Amino acid sequence: MRTIIPFGPQHPVLAEPIHLKLVMEDEKIQEVVPALGFVHRGLEALVSQRDFHQMIQVVERVCGICSMIHAMCFCQGIERLMGIEVPPRARYLRVIWSELERIHSHLLWLGLLADSMGFESLFMQTWQVREKILDIHEATAGNRIIVSVNTVGGIRRDISRSSLDWILSQLAEVKARVKEIGPTLLEDYTVKKRTTGKGVVPRDQAWELGLAGPTLRASGVAQDLRMLRYEAFSDLDFEPVTETDGDAHARCRVRYREIFQSIDLICQAIVKIPDSEIRAKVKGRPEGEILVRVEQPRGELVYYIKADGGKHLERLRIRTPTFANLPALLFMLPGHWLSDVPVILMSIDPCISCTER
Amino acid sequence: MLDRVTSIPMEGLIREVAGLKANGYRFVTLSCIALDENNGDKKNFDFIYHFDKDLGLSHLRLTVPAGAIVPSISRVYFSAFLVENEIQDLFGIPFEGLAIDYRGTLFLDKGPAPFSQDPVPSGQGQDKPGAPGTAPDSPKEG
Repeated sequence: MRTIIPFGPQHPVLAEPIHLKLVMEDEKIQEVVPALGFVHRGLEALVSQRDFHQMIQVVERVCGICSMIHAMCFCQGIERLMGIEVPPRARYLRVIWSELERIHSHLLWLGLLADSMGFESLFMQTWQVREKILDIHEATAGNRIIVSVNTVGGIRRDISRSSLDWILSQLAEVKARVKEIGPTLLEDYTVKKRTTGKGVVPRDQAWELGLAGPTLRASGVAQDLRMLRYEAFSDLDFEPVTETDGDAHARCRVRYREIFQSIDLICQAIVKIPDSEIRAKVKGRPEGEILVRVEQPRGELVYYIKADGGKHLERLRIRTPTFANLPALLFMLPGHWLSDVPVILMSIDPCISCTER
Repeated sequence: MLDRVTSIPMEGLIREVAGLKANGYRFVTLSCIALDENNGDKKNFDFIYHFDKDLGLSHLRLTVPAGAIVPSISRVYFSAFLVENEIQDLFGIPFEGLAIDYRGTLFLDKGPAPFSQDPVPSGQGQDKPGAPGTAPDSPKEG
Protein backbone atom coordinates (compact mmCIF):
# COMPACT_ATOMS: atom_id res chain seq x y z
CA MET A 1 0.00 0.00 0.00
CA ARG A 2 1.32 3.39 -0.96
CA THR A 3 1.44 6.25 1.47
CA ILE A 4 2.87 9.73 1.30
CA ILE A 5 5.22 10.90 3.96
CA PRO A 6 6.01 14.60 4.05
CA PHE A 7 9.67 15.38 4.57
CA GLY A 8 10.06 18.98 5.59
CA PRO A 9 9.71 21.86 5.40
CA GLN A 10 10.47 21.59 9.11
CA HIS A 11 12.93 18.77 9.80
CA PRO A 12 15.82 18.46 12.25
CA VAL A 13 18.22 17.79 9.40
CA LEU A 14 17.13 20.69 7.25
CA ALA A 15 18.89 23.99 7.80
CA GLU A 16 16.47 25.58 5.36
CA PRO A 17 12.90 24.70 4.44
CA ILE A 18 12.20 22.40 1.55
CA HIS A 19 9.29 20.05 1.30
CA LEU A 20 9.57 16.60 -0.26
CA LYS A 21 6.47 14.49 -0.75
CA LEU A 22 7.81 10.96 -0.49
CA VAL A 23 5.54 8.34 -2.05
CA MET A 24 6.34 5.23 -0.08
CA GLU A 25 5.71 1.53 -0.43
CA ASP A 26 6.43 0.24 3.09
CA GLU A 27 9.78 1.81 3.90
CA LYS A 28 11.00 2.21 0.33
CA ILE A 29 10.68 5.40 -1.65
CA GLN A 30 8.83 5.09 -4.95
CA GLU A 31 8.51 8.71 -6.05
CA VAL A 32 9.54 12.14 -4.90
CA VAL A 33 7.82 15.45 -5.56
CA PRO A 34 9.70 18.48 -4.25
CA ALA A 35 7.93 21.66 -3.22
CA LEU A 36 9.58 25.02 -2.76
CA GLY A 37 8.52 28.56 -1.98
CA PHE A 38 9.12 28.88 1.76
CA VAL A 39 11.98 31.38 1.54
CA HIS A 40 11.29 33.09 -1.78
CA ARG A 41 12.14 36.74 -1.28
CA GLY A 42 11.81 38.15 -4.79
CA LEU A 43 15.35 39.52 -4.84
CA GLU A 44 15.59 39.64 -8.64
CA ALA A 45 12.71 42.09 -8.72
CA LEU A 46 14.72 44.56 -6.66
CA VAL A 47 16.68 45.65 -9.74
CA SER A 48 13.87 48.10 -10.43
CA GLN A 49 14.35 49.71 -7.02
CA ARG A 50 18.10 49.52 -6.41
CA ASP A 51 20.74 50.84 -8.77
CA PHE A 52 23.49 48.53 -9.99
CA HIS A 53 25.87 49.56 -7.19
CA GLN A 54 23.25 48.95 -4.51
CA MET A 55 22.42 45.55 -6.02
CA ILE A 56 25.78 44.27 -4.77
CA GLN A 57 24.41 44.37 -1.22
CA VAL A 58 21.30 42.54 -2.43
CA VAL A 59 23.10 39.72 -4.24
CA GLU A 60 25.45 39.28 -1.28
CA ARG A 61 22.36 38.29 0.68
CA VAL A 62 21.01 35.73 -1.79
CA CYS A 63 23.01 33.27 0.30
CA GLY A 64 25.06 33.76 3.41
CA ILE A 65 27.45 30.89 2.79
CA CYS A 66 28.45 31.89 -0.74
CA SER A 67 27.81 35.60 -0.37
CA MET A 68 31.21 36.77 -1.61
CA ILE A 69 31.03 34.66 -4.77
CA HIS A 70 27.56 35.95 -5.61
CA ALA A 71 28.85 39.50 -5.36
CA MET A 72 31.97 38.62 -7.33
CA CYS A 73 29.91 37.11 -10.16
CA PHE A 74 27.62 40.14 -10.26
CA CYS A 75 30.55 42.57 -10.29
CA GLN A 76 32.24 40.58 -13.07
CA GLY A 77 29.13 40.94 -15.20
CA ILE A 78 28.88 44.68 -14.66
CA GLU A 79 32.64 45.12 -15.24
CA ARG A 80 32.50 43.23 -18.52
CA LEU A 81 29.50 45.24 -19.71
CA MET A 82 31.28 48.48 -18.85
CA GLY A 83 34.70 47.38 -20.08
CA ILE A 84 36.33 47.88 -16.69
CA GLU A 85 39.66 46.22 -16.10
CA VAL A 86 40.02 45.07 -12.53
CA PRO A 87 43.51 45.71 -11.10
CA PRO A 88 45.67 42.58 -10.65
CA ARG A 89 45.84 42.78 -6.87
CA ALA A 90 42.05 42.93 -6.65
CA ARG A 91 41.79 39.80 -8.82
CA TYR A 92 44.08 37.93 -6.44
CA LEU A 93 42.21 39.15 -3.39
CA ARG A 94 38.95 37.96 -4.93
CA VAL A 95 40.51 34.52 -5.38
CA ILE A 96 41.70 34.47 -1.77
CA TRP A 97 38.32 35.41 -0.33
CA SER A 98 36.39 33.14 -2.69
CA GLU A 99 38.53 30.14 -1.82
CA LEU A 100 38.23 30.93 1.90
CA GLU A 101 34.50 30.90 1.34
CA ARG A 102 34.75 27.53 -0.39
CA ILE A 103 36.64 26.05 2.56
CA HIS A 104 34.11 27.53 4.97
CA SER A 105 31.20 26.17 2.94
CA HIS A 106 32.63 22.67 2.61
CA LEU A 107 33.43 22.47 6.33
CA LEU A 108 29.94 23.67 7.16
CA TRP A 109 28.49 21.08 4.82
CA LEU A 110 30.68 18.26 6.24
CA GLY A 111 29.34 19.12 9.65
CA LEU A 112 25.74 19.09 8.47
CA LEU A 113 26.27 15.77 6.69
CA ALA A 114 27.64 14.29 9.90
CA ASP A 115 24.68 15.73 11.77
CA SER A 116 22.29 14.13 9.28
CA MET A 117 23.77 10.75 10.22
CA GLY A 118 23.58 11.51 13.92
CA PHE A 119 27.38 11.77 14.10
CA GLU A 120 27.30 14.80 16.38
CA SER A 121 30.95 14.71 17.49
CA LEU A 122 32.15 14.85 13.87
CA PHE A 123 29.72 17.73 13.28
CA MET A 124 31.24 19.64 16.20
CA GLN A 125 34.82 18.89 15.08
CA THR A 126 34.33 20.18 11.53
CA TRP A 127 32.54 23.30 12.73
CA GLN A 128 35.35 23.95 15.20
CA VAL A 129 37.82 23.90 12.29
CA ARG A 130 35.47 26.17 10.36
CA GLU A 131 35.78 28.74 13.14
CA LYS A 132 39.39 29.37 12.05
CA ILE A 133 38.16 30.39 8.59
CA LEU A 134 35.54 32.66 10.12
CA ASP A 135 38.29 34.22 12.26
CA ILE A 136 40.19 34.98 9.04
CA HIS A 137 37.05 36.53 7.56
CA GLU A 138 36.56 38.68 10.62
CA ALA A 139 40.19 39.78 10.76
CA THR A 140 40.38 40.68 7.06
CA ALA A 141 36.91 41.96 6.31
CA GLY A 142 35.27 42.73 9.63
CA ASN A 143 32.47 40.20 9.22
CA ARG A 144 32.42 36.47 9.84
CA ILE A 145 29.97 35.40 7.16
CA ILE A 146 28.95 38.15 4.72
CA VAL A 147 32.38 39.67 4.12
CA SER A 148 31.07 42.34 1.74
CA VAL A 149 34.38 43.10 0.05
CA ASN A 150 33.36 43.28 -3.60
CA THR A 151 32.61 46.47 -5.49
CA VAL A 152 32.34 47.25 -9.18
CA GLY A 153 35.92 47.69 -10.34
CA GLY A 154 37.64 45.65 -7.64
CA ILE A 155 37.74 45.19 -3.93
CA ARG A 156 36.82 47.54 -1.09
CA ARG A 157 39.60 46.65 1.31
CA ASP A 158 43.14 45.36 1.06
CA ILE A 159 44.95 42.68 3.07
CA SER A 160 48.39 43.64 4.38
CA ARG A 161 51.47 41.49 3.95
CA SER A 162 51.53 40.60 7.63
CA SER A 163 47.85 39.57 7.46
CA LEU A 164 48.55 37.42 4.42
CA ASP A 165 51.36 35.67 6.33
CA TRP A 166 49.02 35.18 9.28
CA ILE A 167 46.44 33.63 6.93
CA LEU A 168 49.07 31.14 5.78
CA SER A 169 49.75 30.09 9.37
CA GLN A 170 46.03 29.71 10.07
CA LEU A 171 45.54 27.63 6.93
CA ALA A 172 48.40 25.35 7.97
CA GLU A 173 46.47 24.63 11.16
CA VAL A 174 43.24 24.13 9.23
CA LYS A 175 44.98 21.69 6.91
CA ALA A 176 46.37 19.68 9.82
CA ARG A 177 42.98 19.55 11.55
CA VAL A 178 41.13 18.53 8.39
CA LYS A 179 43.68 15.76 7.80
CA GLU A 180 42.97 14.47 11.30
CA ILE A 181 39.25 14.35 10.52
CA GLY A 182 39.81 12.65 7.16
CA PRO A 183 40.07 9.00 8.21
CA THR A 184 36.89 9.27 10.28
CA LEU A 185 35.00 10.93 7.48
CA LEU A 186 36.20 8.68 4.69
CA GLU A 187 36.97 5.32 6.30
CA ASP A 188 34.66 4.99 9.27
CA TYR A 189 32.43 1.92 8.95
CA THR A 190 29.27 3.78 9.93
CA VAL A 191 29.88 6.72 7.60
CA LYS A 192 30.61 4.41 4.70
CA LYS A 193 27.55 2.29 5.44
CA ARG A 194 25.33 5.38 5.39
CA THR A 195 26.81 6.92 2.24
CA THR A 196 28.26 4.27 -0.05
CA GLY A 197 25.89 3.30 -2.84
CA LYS A 198 23.36 5.95 -1.78
CA GLY A 199 21.89 8.37 -4.28
CA VAL A 200 23.93 7.14 -7.22
CA VAL A 201 23.91 9.33 -10.32
CA PRO A 202 25.73 7.78 -13.28
CA ARG A 203 27.93 10.02 -15.39
CA ASP A 204 25.62 10.23 -18.40
CA GLN A 205 22.62 11.01 -16.26
CA ALA A 206 24.56 13.67 -14.35
CA TRP A 207 25.31 15.47 -17.62
CA GLU A 208 21.79 15.06 -18.95
CA LEU A 209 20.26 16.43 -15.75
CA GLY A 210 22.53 19.47 -15.93
CA LEU A 211 24.09 18.88 -12.53
CA ALA A 212 26.72 21.25 -11.24
CA GLY A 213 29.73 21.41 -8.97
CA PRO A 214 30.89 18.59 -6.70
CA THR A 215 27.64 16.71 -7.39
CA LEU A 216 28.60 16.59 -11.08
CA ARG A 217 32.31 15.95 -10.45
CA ALA A 218 31.53 13.04 -8.11
CA SER A 219 29.95 11.32 -11.11
CA GLY A 220 33.17 11.59 -13.08
CA VAL A 221 32.64 14.79 -15.08
CA ALA A 222 35.71 17.00 -14.77
CA GLN A 223 33.94 20.33 -15.10
CA ASP A 224 34.89 23.19 -12.79
CA LEU A 225 34.09 26.76 -13.82
CA ARG A 226 37.41 27.95 -12.41
CA MET A 227 38.80 26.35 -15.57
CA LEU A 228 37.41 29.43 -17.33
CA ARG A 229 40.36 31.12 -15.60
CA TYR A 230 38.46 34.16 -14.41
CA GLU A 231 40.02 36.55 -11.89
CA ALA A 232 43.52 35.35 -10.98
CA PHE A 233 42.81 31.66 -11.65
CA SER A 234 44.62 32.13 -14.96
CA ASP A 235 47.87 32.42 -12.98
CA LEU A 236 47.25 29.52 -10.61
CA ASP A 237 47.66 25.77 -11.04
CA PHE A 238 44.81 23.45 -10.28
CA GLU A 239 42.87 20.54 -11.71
CA PRO A 240 39.21 19.68 -11.05
CA VAL A 241 38.69 17.15 -8.27
CA THR A 242 36.69 14.19 -9.51
CA GLU A 243 35.47 10.82 -8.33
CA THR A 244 33.62 8.22 -10.37
CA ASP A 245 31.24 6.38 -8.05
CA GLY A 246 28.53 9.05 -8.21
CA ASP A 247 27.17 8.20 -4.78
CA ALA A 248 26.93 10.21 -1.55
CA HIS A 249 30.35 8.98 -0.42
CA ALA A 250 31.93 10.14 -3.67
CA ARG A 251 30.37 13.58 -3.23
CA CYS A 252 31.80 13.61 0.28
CA ARG A 253 35.28 12.72 -1.00
CA VAL A 254 35.17 15.44 -3.66
CA ARG A 255 34.33 18.16 -1.16
CA TYR A 256 36.91 16.87 1.31
CA ARG A 257 39.65 16.98 -1.30
CA GLU A 258 38.53 20.39 -2.52
CA ILE A 259 39.28 21.81 0.92
CA PHE A 260 42.95 20.98 0.39
CA GLN A 261 42.76 22.27 -3.17
CA SER A 262 41.40 25.60 -1.94
CA ILE A 263 44.13 25.85 0.71
CA ASP A 264 46.70 25.27 -2.02
CA LEU A 265 45.11 27.91 -4.27
CA ILE A 266 45.14 30.47 -1.48
CA CYS A 267 48.81 29.71 -0.76
CA GLN A 268 49.67 30.12 -4.43
CA ALA A 269 47.74 33.40 -4.57
CA ILE A 270 49.44 34.78 -1.48
CA VAL A 271 52.86 34.00 -2.92
CA LYS A 272 52.10 35.52 -6.31
CA ILE A 273 49.88 38.49 -5.35
CA PRO A 274 51.27 41.67 -6.96
CA ASP A 275 51.26 45.18 -5.59
CA SER A 276 48.75 47.42 -7.31
CA GLU A 277 45.59 49.39 -6.76
CA ILE A 278 42.66 47.38 -5.50
CA ARG A 279 39.93 49.25 -7.30
CA ALA A 280 39.51 50.72 -10.78
CA LYS A 281 37.66 53.95 -11.40
CA VAL A 282 34.08 53.38 -12.49
CA LYS A 283 32.45 55.85 -14.83
CA GLY A 284 29.19 55.53 -16.66
CA ARG A 285 26.56 52.84 -16.56
CA PRO A 286 26.31 49.32 -17.95
CA GLU A 287 24.65 48.63 -21.27
CA GLY A 288 24.04 45.34 -23.10
CA GLU A 289 23.41 41.79 -21.98
CA ILE A 290 25.81 39.20 -20.63
CA LEU A 291 25.93 35.79 -19.02
CA VAL A 292 28.61 35.29 -16.36
CA ARG A 293 29.49 32.01 -14.68
CA VAL A 294 31.69 31.30 -11.68
CA GLU A 295 32.29 28.25 -9.50
CA GLN A 296 30.49 28.48 -6.21
CA PRO A 297 31.17 25.89 -3.48
CA ARG A 298 28.03 24.07 -4.68
CA GLY A 299 28.80 24.44 -8.36
CA GLU A 300 28.10 26.57 -11.38
CA LEU A 301 26.60 29.97 -10.53
CA VAL A 302 25.07 31.80 -13.48
CA TYR A 303 24.19 35.48 -13.65
CA TYR A 304 22.34 36.87 -16.67
CA ILE A 305 22.42 40.66 -16.68
CA LYS A 306 20.67 42.97 -19.10
CA ALA A 307 21.19 46.72 -18.88
CA ASP A 308 19.98 49.62 -20.98
CA GLY A 309 22.37 52.34 -19.87
CA GLY A 310 20.21 53.48 -16.97
CA LYS A 311 21.19 53.31 -13.33
CA HIS A 312 18.77 50.39 -12.82
CA LEU A 313 19.36 47.10 -14.58
CA GLU A 314 16.68 45.89 -16.94
CA ARG A 315 16.94 42.30 -15.75
CA LEU A 316 18.98 40.22 -13.34
CA ARG A 317 18.52 36.48 -13.54
CA ILE A 318 20.36 34.27 -11.06
CA ARG A 319 20.64 30.51 -11.47
CA THR A 320 22.31 28.86 -8.54
CA PRO A 321 23.86 25.38 -8.49
CA THR A 322 21.27 23.92 -6.09
CA PHE A 323 18.58 24.95 -8.58
CA ALA A 324 20.37 22.71 -11.08
CA ASN A 325 20.95 19.85 -8.63
CA LEU A 326 17.49 19.62 -7.04
CA PRO A 327 15.79 17.77 -9.96
CA ALA A 328 18.37 15.00 -9.47
CA LEU A 329 16.66 14.11 -6.19
CA LEU A 330 13.77 12.72 -8.21
CA PHE A 331 16.17 10.07 -9.49
CA MET A 332 18.48 9.70 -6.50
CA LEU A 333 15.86 8.90 -3.86
CA PRO A 334 13.55 6.25 -5.38
CA GLY A 335 14.52 2.73 -4.33
CA HIS A 336 16.16 3.86 -1.10
CA TRP A 337 14.95 3.57 2.47
CA LEU A 338 13.23 6.46 4.22
CA SER A 339 16.18 6.66 6.60
CA ASP A 340 18.49 7.40 3.65
CA VAL A 341 16.66 10.59 2.70
CA PRO A 342 18.55 13.00 5.00
CA VAL A 343 21.96 11.77 3.88
CA ILE A 344 21.13 11.75 0.16
CA LEU A 345 19.51 15.17 0.36
CA MET A 346 22.45 16.61 2.25
CA SER A 347 24.91 15.00 -0.19
CA ILE A 348 23.94 17.50 -2.91
CA ASP A 349 24.72 20.32 -0.44
CA PRO A 350 21.37 22.06 -0.88
CA CYS A 351 21.11 25.77 -0.36
CA ILE A 352 17.44 26.66 -0.54
CA SER A 353 17.97 30.39 -0.05
CA CYS A 354 20.05 30.36 -3.21
CA THR A 355 17.47 28.28 -5.05
CA GLU A 356 14.48 30.45 -4.28
CA ARG A 357 16.14 33.88 -3.96
CA MET B 1 28.16 40.30 -24.37
CA LEU B 2 26.24 37.20 -25.43
CA ASP B 3 27.96 35.29 -28.23
CA ARG B 4 26.59 32.42 -30.30
CA VAL B 5 22.95 33.39 -30.02
CA THR B 6 20.55 31.78 -32.49
CA SER B 7 17.05 33.22 -32.86
CA ILE B 8 14.42 30.55 -33.41
CA PRO B 9 10.68 30.46 -33.96
CA MET B 10 8.39 28.83 -31.39
CA GLU B 11 7.60 25.90 -33.68
CA GLY B 12 11.30 25.07 -34.01
CA LEU B 13 12.09 25.17 -30.30
CA ILE B 14 11.82 21.48 -29.43
CA ARG B 15 13.66 20.44 -32.58
CA GLU B 16 16.55 22.83 -31.90
CA VAL B 17 16.80 21.84 -28.26
CA ALA B 18 16.74 18.14 -29.12
CA GLY B 19 19.50 18.80 -31.64
CA LEU B 20 21.65 20.46 -29.01
CA LYS B 21 21.12 17.55 -26.65
CA ALA B 22 22.09 15.08 -29.36
CA ASN B 23 25.28 17.11 -29.85
CA GLY B 24 26.19 16.71 -26.18
CA TYR B 25 25.11 20.09 -24.82
CA ARG B 26 24.11 20.45 -21.18
CA PHE B 27 21.12 22.64 -20.33
CA VAL B 28 22.27 25.50 -18.09
CA THR B 29 19.17 27.62 -17.59
CA LEU B 30 16.48 29.71 -19.21
CA SER B 31 16.27 33.48 -18.83
CA CYS B 32 13.03 35.36 -19.38
CA ILE B 33 12.87 39.09 -19.91
CA ALA B 34 9.77 41.21 -20.34
CA LEU B 35 10.29 43.35 -23.42
CA ASP B 36 9.46 47.02 -23.48
CA GLU B 37 7.68 47.09 -26.80
CA ASN B 38 3.99 46.50 -26.53
CA ASN B 39 1.76 44.22 -28.52
CA GLY B 40 -1.40 46.19 -28.03
CA ASP B 41 -1.51 46.64 -24.27
CA LYS B 42 0.42 43.49 -23.47
CA LYS B 43 4.13 42.80 -23.12
CA ASN B 44 6.10 40.37 -25.22
CA PHE B 45 8.82 38.29 -23.64
CA ASP B 46 12.32 37.30 -24.59
CA PHE B 47 13.32 33.72 -23.76
CA ILE B 48 17.01 32.89 -23.88
CA TYR B 49 17.90 29.22 -23.46
CA HIS B 50 21.52 28.73 -22.36
CA PHE B 51 23.48 25.56 -23.09
CA ASP B 52 27.00 24.48 -22.26
CA LYS B 53 29.47 22.08 -23.85
CA ASP B 54 33.12 21.86 -22.80
CA LEU B 55 32.74 25.19 -20.96
CA GLY B 56 31.53 26.91 -24.14
CA LEU B 57 28.09 28.51 -24.15
CA SER B 58 25.47 28.46 -26.86
CA HIS B 59 22.12 30.30 -26.67
CA LEU B 60 18.72 30.07 -28.32
CA ARG B 61 16.59 33.21 -28.36
CA LEU B 62 12.82 32.99 -28.64
CA THR B 63 10.41 35.89 -28.66
CA VAL B 64 7.19 34.92 -26.93
CA PRO B 65 4.16 37.04 -27.71
CA ALA B 66 1.89 37.92 -24.83
CA GLY B 67 -0.73 35.25 -24.27
CA ALA B 68 1.21 32.52 -26.05
CA ILE B 69 1.67 29.05 -24.60
CA VAL B 70 5.27 27.86 -24.82
CA PRO B 71 6.15 24.22 -25.42
CA SER B 72 8.10 22.87 -22.48
CA ILE B 73 11.58 21.55 -23.15
CA SER B 74 11.33 19.31 -20.08
CA ARG B 75 10.43 16.51 -22.47
CA VAL B 76 14.00 16.86 -23.77
CA TYR B 77 15.85 18.14 -20.68
CA PHE B 78 13.90 16.93 -17.67
CA SER B 79 15.53 19.39 -15.27
CA ALA B 80 14.09 22.34 -17.24
CA PHE B 81 10.74 21.80 -15.51
CA LEU B 82 11.95 23.77 -12.50
CA VAL B 83 12.90 26.97 -14.34
CA GLU B 84 9.82 26.76 -16.55
CA ASN B 85 7.62 26.54 -13.47
CA GLU B 86 9.45 29.53 -12.03
CA ILE B 87 8.72 31.54 -15.18
CA GLN B 88 5.11 30.42 -14.99
CA ASP B 89 4.99 31.81 -11.45
CA LEU B 90 6.86 35.04 -11.97
CA PHE B 91 5.82 36.03 -15.49
CA GLY B 92 2.47 34.28 -15.82
CA ILE B 93 3.55 32.56 -19.05
CA PRO B 94 1.97 29.11 -19.41
CA PHE B 95 3.92 26.10 -20.66
CA GLU B 96 2.53 23.10 -22.44
CA GLY B 97 3.83 19.63 -21.61
CA LEU B 98 5.66 20.33 -18.35
CA ALA B 99 7.14 17.20 -16.77
CA ILE B 100 5.86 18.42 -13.39
CA ASP B 101 3.43 21.33 -13.43
CA TYR B 102 3.10 23.32 -10.23
CA ARG B 103 0.35 25.43 -11.86
CA GLY B 104 1.72 28.73 -10.68
CA THR B 105 2.46 27.65 -7.09
CA LEU B 106 6.13 26.72 -7.21
CA PHE B 107 7.23 29.79 -5.28
CA LEU B 108 4.11 31.85 -4.81
CA ASP B 109 0.51 31.78 -3.79
CA LYS B 110 -1.98 32.24 -6.60
CA GLY B 111 -2.12 35.84 -7.71
CA PRO B 112 -0.77 38.24 -10.32
CA ALA B 113 2.66 37.35 -11.61
CA PRO B 114 5.18 39.82 -10.14
CA PHE B 115 7.12 40.38 -13.39
CA SER B 116 4.07 40.79 -15.53
CA GLN B 117 1.10 43.07 -15.45
CA ASP B 118 -0.99 40.32 -16.97
CA PRO B 119 -2.93 37.86 -14.82
CA VAL B 120 -2.33 34.13 -15.26
CA PRO B 121 -4.51 33.08 -18.23
CA SER B 122 -7.73 31.27 -17.29
CA GLY B 123 -7.56 27.47 -17.35
CA GLN B 124 -3.96 27.45 -16.12
CA GLY B 125 -4.45 26.33 -12.53
CA GLN B 126 -6.72 29.06 -11.28
CA ASP B 127 -9.21 26.39 -10.16
CA LYS B 128 -6.58 24.89 -7.87
CA PRO B 129 -5.87 27.19 -4.91
CA GLY B 130 -2.38 26.68 -3.68
CA ALA B 131 -0.13 27.60 -0.80
CA PRO B 132 3.62 27.91 -1.20
CA GLY B 133 5.11 24.51 -1.55
CA THR B 134 1.98 22.74 -2.66
CA ALA B 135 2.90 20.18 -5.30
CA PRO B 136 0.32 19.06 -7.81
CA ASP B 137 -1.09 15.70 -8.75
CA SER B 138 -0.04 13.79 -5.67
CA PRO B 139 -1.92 10.87 -4.17
CA LYS B 140 -3.77 11.70 -0.97
CA GLU B 141 -1.58 11.75 2.07
CA GLY B 142 -2.21 8.74 4.26
